[in-house]
Amino acid sequence: MNKIMRHGQVGRSAPRLEAREKATGRAEYVHNLRLPGMLYGKIFRSTIPHGRIRSIDVSAAAAHPGVYRVITAADVAKVVPNPYYGPAFHDQPILAIDKVHHVGEPVAVVLATDPHVAEEAAALIVAQYDELPAVYDEVEAMTSKAVVHDVLKPAGTFPDLKHLQGKTDTNVALDFHLRRGDVAKAFAEADHVFEHTFRTKAVLHLPLEPFVSVAETTGSGLTIHTASQSPSFVRIEIARLLGWPENRVRVKVPYLGGGFGAKLYIKLEALVAALALIVNRPVKIALTMEEQFFTLTKHASTFRIKSAVSKDGKITGRECEVWWNGGAYADIGPRITQKSGFTAPGPYDIDNVTIDSYSLYTNLTPAGALRGFGIPQLVWAYESHADMIARALKLDPLAFRRKNILREGNAQATGTIMRDAAIEAVLEQVSARMDWEKPFARSSGSVKRGRGIAIGFKASISPTTSVAIVNVAADGSATLYCSTVDMGQGSDTANAQIVAEVLSIEAEAVRIVHPDTDVTPYDMATLGSRSLYHMGNAVRLAAQDAKAKLADLAREVGVPEGSNIPIAELFVKKYKMQAGNIIGTASYIPSYVPPEAETGQTPNATPFWMVGGAGAEVEVDTETGHVRVTRLVNVGDVGTLINPRIVATQLSGAAVMQYGFTMQEQIETDGGQITNASFADYKIPSILDIPPMESEAVDAEQHDGPFGAKGVGESGTFAVSPAIANAIDDAVGVRISELPITPEAVYRAIRARNGDPLEDA
Amino acid sequence: MSETVRTIRFTLNGETRTAQIEPHWNLVDLLTRLDLFGARESCAQGLCGCCTVIVDGTAVSGCLHLAAFADGATLSTIEDSHGLDAVQQAFIDTGALQCGFCTPGFILMTRQLLAAHPDPDDDTIRHYLAGNLCRCGAYAEIIEAVKLAAKRPKA
Ligand code: FES
Ligand code: FES
Repeated sequence: MNKIMRHGQVGRSAPRLEAREKATGRAEYVHNLRLPGMLYGKIFRSTIPHGRIRSIDVSAAAAHPGVYRVITAADVAKVVPNPYYGPAFHDQPILAIDKVHHVGEPVAVVLATDPHVAEEAAALIVAQYDELPAVYDEVEAMTSKAVVHDVLKPAGTFPDLKHLQGKTDTNVALDFHLRRGDVAKAFAEADHVFEHTFRTKAVLHLPLEPFVSVAETTGSGLTIHTASQSPSFVRIEIARLLGWPENRVRVKVPYLGGGFGAKLYIKLEALVAALALIVNRPVKIALTMEEQFFTLTKHASTFRIKSAVSKDGKITGRECEVWWNGGAYADIGPRITQKSGFTAPGPYDIDNVTIDSYSLYTNLTPAGALRGFGIPQLVWAYESHADMIARALKLDPLAFRRKNILREGNAQATGTIMRDAAIEAVLEQVSARMDWEKPFARSSGSVKRGRGIAIGFKASISPTTSVAIVNVAADGSATLYCSTVDMGQGSDTANAQIVAEVLSIEAEAVRIVHPDTDVTPYDMATLGSRSLYHMGNAVRLAAQDAKAKLADLAREVGVPEGSNIPIAELFVKKYKMQAGNIIGTASYIPSYVPPEAETGQTPNATPFWMVGGAGAEVEVDTETGHVRVTRLVNVGDVGTLINPRIVATQLSGAAVMQYGFTMQEQIETDGGQITNASFADYKIPSILDIPPMESEAVDAEQHDGPFGAKGVGESGTFAVSPAIANAIDDAVGVRISELPITPEAVYRAIRARNGDPLEDA
Repeated sequence: MSETVRTIRFTLNGETRTAQIEPHWNLVDLLTRLDLFGARESCAQGLCGCCTVIVDGTAVSGCLHLAAFADGATLSTIEDSHGLDAVQQAFIDTGALQCGFCTPGFILMTRQLLAAHPDPDDDTIRHYLAGNLCRCGAYAEIIEAVKLAAKRPKA
C-alpha cells in the first residue's frame, strides 16, 4: 500500500543534502560553538574504582590564576536538589555524591575562560577516598560481596523495573526471563547436547567528535546546545531534574561528528545545565578522546548457550543465559537486556526455549548501546555455537542453518509471528556470494585458508513515537521539522526524499530544520535503526497531510481536481498575494504488546525485524596466529532502499566498525583502571586495516515501512564476528570464544590444539 | 591576557594575517579563534588527521604544531577556496563522507596525494591516507573518491 505514486525521489542515490557543507569544512557542529562570555569546564575525575569520598580539596585549583570557579556536588545541590538521572534508573549523579563508583567518574569541575587554564587547575584538585571492595566481572557481579549501589532506583517509567525499587544488596539492574515450550523434556530426549560459553570485552564508540555540550541561561529558562542523539529526552529529563515545565528547556542539535549510540540520554547535558545555572554564564564542556573512555562503553558480555539437537541436526531446545556488564550506571543496559535479550536463541525455529538475561552493575565505565543494541554480542555466541554443532555432527554449516532457520510466518521465541524478516533470503544471498556450494581452495604450508558464514537478527525497540511537521510555504517550497539527528547516517537526505516523493518535488528542494525542541516536535531518539521506519512514517504521513490540505485549498479556490496548477498560484488565489502556508503534521507509534512478566511471551514484540548476514574468507598464519581476512561479504534486509548509495555506505561502515571490534579493539583494564585510553593504544580500524568488502541489500519490503523501507544503521554489524571466527575454525580447527580475536589468542589456541600449550603470560 | 602573549604574522588562505597567540596554543587553537573550524581537534595526539592543516605546502597535524611556528609561514585550510575542487566533488559524488568530521583532513591529504601521485593505485592510496582515521568507516568510498578525482580534470 505504500508503494504508491513513484515520483522517482524514493530509490534514488541523491547525494547527501549537506555534502557540500561537510566537504568544505563548514558544517555546523557543537564542537565549533562559542558564545559570548562563555566559560569552559574541565572535569576532575575519580582515580579509584569504588570508594567513599572523604574530602575534596579544591583550594589550589580555585586560587589558580585565571580560574573562575570550582564546582562540586555541594554546589550542584543548590540548583538541582535531587541530581540523579538516567533513562531506566535514576542512578547517576551530576557530580559524585558521597561515593565514586568507577575510575573516571566526574567529581568536580573547574571553570575558566581559557580551557587550558581549566585543565591545569583541575590537576591541582586533591580528593581522598576510603576505598571499597570493587567488582568488575559481570558473572561475579551476580554473587559478589562487593555491591556497586547501596540501593536501586528505577526511573518508574517502566513497569518491568518496578519490582527493583528500593532493592539493596544486589548488582542486578534487570533480570529478564523467557519461557517457551518444555526445555527440560527437550534436553532429556535429545540425541546430542552442546553447551558453550562465549565472551566479549568492552569496546567503545569513539566518535571523532567527542562528547560536547554547551548550556546558556536565557530569560525564560535554559538553552542547551548538545551533540546528542536524543534531544527530546534531554529536554524532558533536564526539565524533570529542575522541576520545570518542558517548555523552559530548549535543546538544539546541529550535525554530529558521529554518535553510534554513545550520545544518547544524558551525558554532559545535566552537568552543563547545572553549571550555567550556578554561574549564570554560558558553559561549554568538550571531552577529550581519553575522557570518552570514562563516559560510555559497549557492554562486555558472557553468554552461556546450550542446545538440544536431534541426530539429523534439528535444534529441539535451547537454554540461553546472558550476563551484561553494565558498569557503574545502568544507562540503557536494562532495555538491552530485555529488548535484545529476547532474540538470544537466534534466527532459528526452536520450540523449546529458555532465556535468562541479566543486566549487572560493576565498578567500570557505564555501558550503553553501540551500533546493534546488544545484538552483536548475542550473534557472536549463537552463530559460533551453530558452527560448533554443525562441525561436531559433520554437517555443512549452511545446511545446518537451512534446516533450522526461522521462516516467515513461524513464531519467534516470544511467540511473535515473523513478518517481513528476510532471514532465509539473507542466508541464501550470503552463501551465493560466497560460492558456498563450490569447492574452496585450501592451502598447504603454514598459512591456512578457511571460510565461514553467520546470520543475525534484531527486533526494533518498541513502543516508541515520532512526530513530524511539513510546512509548505506560499511559493510551494517545503520545509521538514523533525527531531531526528543526522549523525552521519544520512537521515536528512532520506527524510527529504520521502517528503519529495509525496509532494512530487525534488528532494534537494526540501529544507530540513534540525532538532530544536522549541521548534521541532517530539521524537523518542535517533537510535537502534528506528528512525527511518518510525520518523520516516511520521514524515510520510505529515507530507500526505500537507498534500491533502493542498487539495482542500485547490477545491476551495475552485481549481478542478487533477489540475497541475503550480502550488504558488493556489496561495495567490486564496490570499491575493504570496502569503500563508500549509502545515501537515503526523505522529507515528506502532502497535505493541508488552511481554508477560513470567514467560516473556507476546504476540507483538516489535514493529519490524532487521536481518544481517556475513561471510568471511581468511588466511591464518599458523606460526604467528595472524589472521588476514581476504574477503568480507555483508548482506542485509533493510526493506526497500530509499537511497541505495547511503544504504551501501551504512552497511559497509557498520561492518568496518564491527571488524574493529572483532579483530583489534578492547578496553584493557587493571584493577578497574583503564590502561589504553587513547588512540595510541586503542586502535580503531584505519584504511590499512580493512579487508576487501562487498555489501549489499536483499530485495525485500517492509509492508508498513515508509515506501517499504526500514532501518539500516546496524544490520552490517550483526554477523561479522562469528563469520570470521567460523572461518578461522574452518582454516585451522581452533575455536576462539572471546572477542577480540587477537593473534595471541589464535596462536595460543593452535598451540593448545597441538598439545603444546603456551605458558600463561 | 598574560605577558606571554606575542604577535605572529602569516599568510592564511592567501591573505596576510596577524594574530596574538599564547605560547601553548597549537594551530587548531589559532584557527578556531579566527573562526575557521575545518581543522578540528579529535585525538590531540597526531593520530587521526582531523586537524590537518597545510603549512608551507606540507600537511601537518594542527594539534601537534605550535601556533608560534606559524610565524612567517603560509597556511592553508579546507576553507581556502569558495567553489568545490575535483577532490571535494569526488568525495560528494562517491558518498565518501558520513558524519563529515574527518572529511576536511582526508580532502587535504588527498590533494597532496594526487600532487605526488597523479594516478595512484589502491595500495598507494591506502598508505598515503593511513594517518587519517574515519570512525564512520567510509574507507571504501574514500578510495573510490580519490580514484575519481584522479580521473577528472583539475578544477
Ligand atoms: S587531532 Fe590532530 S591528529 Fe588527531
Ligand atoms: S565520516 Fe565520520 S569520521 Fe569519517
